[in-house]
Amino acid sequence: MFDISPTEWTAIELSLRVATVATLVATPLGIAVAWLLARREFWGKALLDALVHLPLVMPPVVTGYLLLLTFGRRGLVGAWLADHLGIVFAFRWTGAALACGIMAFPLLVRPIRLSIEAVDRRLEQAAGTLGAAPWQVFLTVTLPLARPGVLAGMVLGFAKAIGEFGATITFVSNIPGETQTISSAIYSLIQTPDGDPAALRLVVVSILIAMTALVASEWFARRALRRLHGN
Amino acid sequence: MLRVDVSKRLGELAIEASFASEGRVTGLFGASGAGKTSLINMIAGLLRPDRGVIAIDGETLDDTAAQSHVPVHRRRIGYVFQDARLFPHLDVRQNLDYGRRMNRIAEDAAQFSRVTGLLDIGDLLDRRPGRLSGGERQRVALGRALLSQPRLLLLDEPLGSLDEERKEEILPYLIRLRDEAGIPMVYVSHDAAEMRQLATQIVMLRRGRVTAFGGPEILPAAHAAA
Repeated sequence: MFDISPTEWTAIELSLRVATVATLVATPLGIAVAWLLARREFWGKALLDALVHLPLVMPPVVTGYLLLLTFGRRGLVGAWLADHLGIVFAFRWTGAALACGIMAFPLLVRPIRLSIEAVDRRLEQAAGTLGAAPWQVFLTVTLPLARPGVLAGMVLGFAKAIGEFGATITFVSNIPGETQTISSAIYSLIQTPDGDPAALRLVVVSILIAMTALVASEWFARRALRRLHGN
Repeated sequence: MLRVDVSKRLGELAIEASFASEGRVTGLFGASGAGKTSLINMIAGLLRPDRGVIAIDGETLDDTAAQSHVPVHRRRIGYVFQDARLFPHLDVRQNLDYGRRMNRIAEDAAQFSRVTGLLDIGDLLDRRPGRLSGGERQRVALGRALLSQPRLLLLDEPLGSLDEERKEEILPYLIRLRDEAGIPMVYVSHDAAEMRQLATQIVMLRRGRVTAFGGPEILPAAHAAA
């Protein structure tokens, strides 16, 4: 039963690609937002916080539909991007990456924010007295000390992106080889007669990926603790 | 020369302090809650005065009337904190090198070995701060501040978190520093005996105000034994 067919491999490969790209693009943005939320007071902070968490509490179908309205071919942003930069999201794997990135964003930001908050501000002050400008303090003190949290956030975000279903299928549909990820492939297979063995294979694969991610994130979290206590 | 003339309101405490010192070691002396730490935090640029002027050797660092404020990283003022504050993710060598790197000062092996020799920390270079004793940590913090080539060194009760034995261990290094490093210092303490050994000029603080200014002879004799 463990002969994975080419179509299934395509779905697995696509899922990994979508999740990897989503995570890599979302991480720098996530670090910036996490730092803002952890370290700065500004007008509209509560709004930004709510906005980041919105994909977590909104029905994924709603997020997907909003993405379609915004980034679809005739969407406000989508039309402009297609006309001026030639970037198209709708019904492409890049659109799946966008949907996954947005759905994963709150999970990615949270551990990073917590680990930045846990960095002792007195160390940042000490760095300042030694001549480090604020951006140098961030790069040489804050970020290295928050690094395990960043990695944990990336792992969680990646796991979420791999499993994302509702927003992706709403926004970019379920096209084999282009937008059919593991989740949407399972969904299709369950609705096909005799699809169960194939569906089960993909279920096992997605459980394996999820478990690996959880174990990795736990490991990073422990390392973060040790690191903050100085060895 | 260090000139301070500031006021700052911090909750219950109202700091109204004014003094000018030429001393090699200016001692800020007073009980806890007198505003000593807040005062040197203002000199360091970590805290902004509500009103007033802070200047070193004629260069203005803070002048609220002119709305000028030199940010902390451009002041070239070293700071040794009571709690050392070494970077836990860097080893001792990297901690010592941090200020030089941030200020883009060229590497100077002679200066590095002079400072590590002065403080006897040459054997600790590959260790992480987590594996240092309290006294070793404080010596590394001193070295780190010195190697950033400050024009003024602030020491906020650097012996405060150490037991008596450790204090005796560090004090000679501070005296050597005073006599050999050639960097003016501001030394904060509530311990008159410590002050007497180190400071060349004393600023006495009480509830945020300067109550006396002069040589070590103005220190309370009764406290000396404590």
